[in-house]
Amino acid sequence: MTLSNIVVLVKYVPDATGDRKFEADNTVDRVGVDGLLSELDEYAVEQALQIKEKRPDEEITVTALTVGPAAAEAAVRKALQMGADKAVHVQDDAIAGSDAIATSLVLAKAIEKIGVPELIVGGLASTDGGLSVVPAMLAERLGLPQVTLAAVVESQGDQVRIKRDGDSATEVIGGTLPLVLSVTDQSGEARYPSFKGIMAAKKKPLEALTLADIGVDASEVGIDAAWTKVETVTERPARTAGEIVKDEDGSGATALVEFLASKKFI
Amino acid sequence: MSEVLVLVDHVDGAVKKPTYELLAIAKRIGSPSAVFIGGADQAAAAADAVKAYGADKVYVVDDAEIKGYLVAPKAEVLEQIAAASSPAAILVPASAEGKEIAGRLAIKLSSGLITDAVDVQVNGSDIVTTQSVFAGNFTVDAKVVKGTPIIAVKPNAAAPEEGAGAGAVEQFAATISDGAKTAQIVASQPRQATGRPELTEAAIVVSGGRGTGGDFTAVEGLADALGAAVGASRAAVDSGWKPHAFQVGQTGKVVSPQLYVANGISGAIQHRAGMQTSKTIIAVNKDEEAPIFELVDFGVVGDLHSVLPAVTAEIVKRKG
Repeated sequence: MTLSNIVVLVKYVPDATGDRKFEADNTVDRVGVDGLLSELDEYAVEQALQIKEKRPDEEITVTALTVGPAAAEAAVRKALQMGADKAVHVQDDAIAGSDAIATSLVLAKAIEKIGVPELIVGGLASTDGGLSVVPAMLAERLGLPQVTLAAVVESQGDQVRIKRDGDSATEVIGGTLPLVLSVTDQSGEARYPSFKGIMAAKKKPLEALTLADIGVDASEVGIDAAWTKVETVTERPARTAGEIVKDEDGSGATALVEFLASKKFI
Repeated sequence: MSEVLVLVDHVDGAVKKPTYELLAIAKRIGSPSAVFIGGADQAAAAADAVKAYGADKVYVVDDAEIKGYLVAPKAEVLEQIAAASSPAAILVPASAEGKEIAGRLAIKLSSGLITDAVDVQVNGSDIVTTQSVFAGNFTVDAKVVKGTPIIAVKPNAAAPEEGAGAGAVEQFAATISDGAKTAQIVASQPRQATGRPELTEAAIVVSGGRGTGGDFTAVEGLADALGAAVGASRAAVDSGWKPHAFQVGQTGKVVSPQLYVANGISGAIQHRAGMQTSKTIIAVNKDEEAPIFELVDFGVVGDLHSVLPAVTAEIVKRKG
């Protein structure tokens, strides 16, 4: 099998350094806050581009796919600036408040609509919800294997090999295309868009799809279709700064030991 | 009483502590049924272990044909056991593997999934989960409203409870599709045992960052005196001082121990996301402006290379 199409999943997330909040219906506020391409998805874009660059004899198209509100276009734009060839943005008011299950449905249907590629690449997790389950759900829906949490990616022909740091071992995983791949922030620094890349991105195709376009009924997505329900959201009280001492000639160590003893850790 | 399936987390038959925590949670919901997927020769010992922590039933699935094939076969096993037992809930460890299994299972069973639960309680007929989100800044209570609740539970969400269950062993012959056997572990290099507790499971974590300058001797010395796990900041991992498995933070492990000691770690949001729900936080840092000091219960402005060895020596002395 030759590799002709790679789809990269990218997500528009609230900026973690800004003020992240919830809406009245307990969904993440994705409109009233500053957003950007999830940092962890930049690594996915980077690896997709590197795979393409390492296989110059094949005609490979890298498509960035996102699901989200109008502002989410910024996420695919950034992917285009980095070097993706085209972008697809699924946008529909009905999608707001969707859980991972509905998100994976929308992604699966969008991918079936644009054509199931040999390789789908995603990040380690989003920087907001952070569930890390969408690649597994998407793989299940498309009937594909998944090779996840790659720190190193190699591909040749229809074979993909990755290296990953598991909890108890370093593993090498092999898979045969087509498959779903997820990469970690260990996989290599993501490139910054060059000026040329930014200019070129303006001319690249960006396709907008609605739920009707991909054959998903509005009743299957959104907060009312969620298979889980948030009952309450509580802001954790800010930690109040405790006692800070300056170490002078060992006084810091003595004070620290006293603190540990007072809390019964020793 | 309905069965509650608990996926047993083990290494070559040695059952890991989070499994016992899941069994304690399962008891709140119904009758715990452990699902052991592993070697036939390891099953008896594992079954005894989970029985001692309350498993009323132990499904044993011989993994001879599926060993090394990642998560897809395990999701199929759970799907088939769920179909046969109609459980009230399915609990899996919220490890990377556990969450992937749960993700596939949720689609297979058309059931809602909650990940990274830090608590699970029964409220009337509802199973209510608690999650900590946005770097621990918010607490979310939620429940599954469709299908069989599938819950991926974080380590330390409950205390293991000793107390034998019925422990009836049932050999379960699962049918694994060829499609599930396509991604495979081709080589595995077990990490060298450190003799320390595992990072995500430890009651105390002692971490080092850029301020160690690459020398973790003082950090490890304190960790061993406290019986703690060793962690590292992203800066320390990116510098090659510790493998990625040690990283605490958004892109590493998220820990929530009783005590977290951050040494030479500035406390960037990346790191805070991985430790800010710890019960007690201590920091040692030369820079009194370091943002980590905003979080701490106790902080020492000083050089970790002199402070930590003195603390370690005093702890060792007191322990006699």
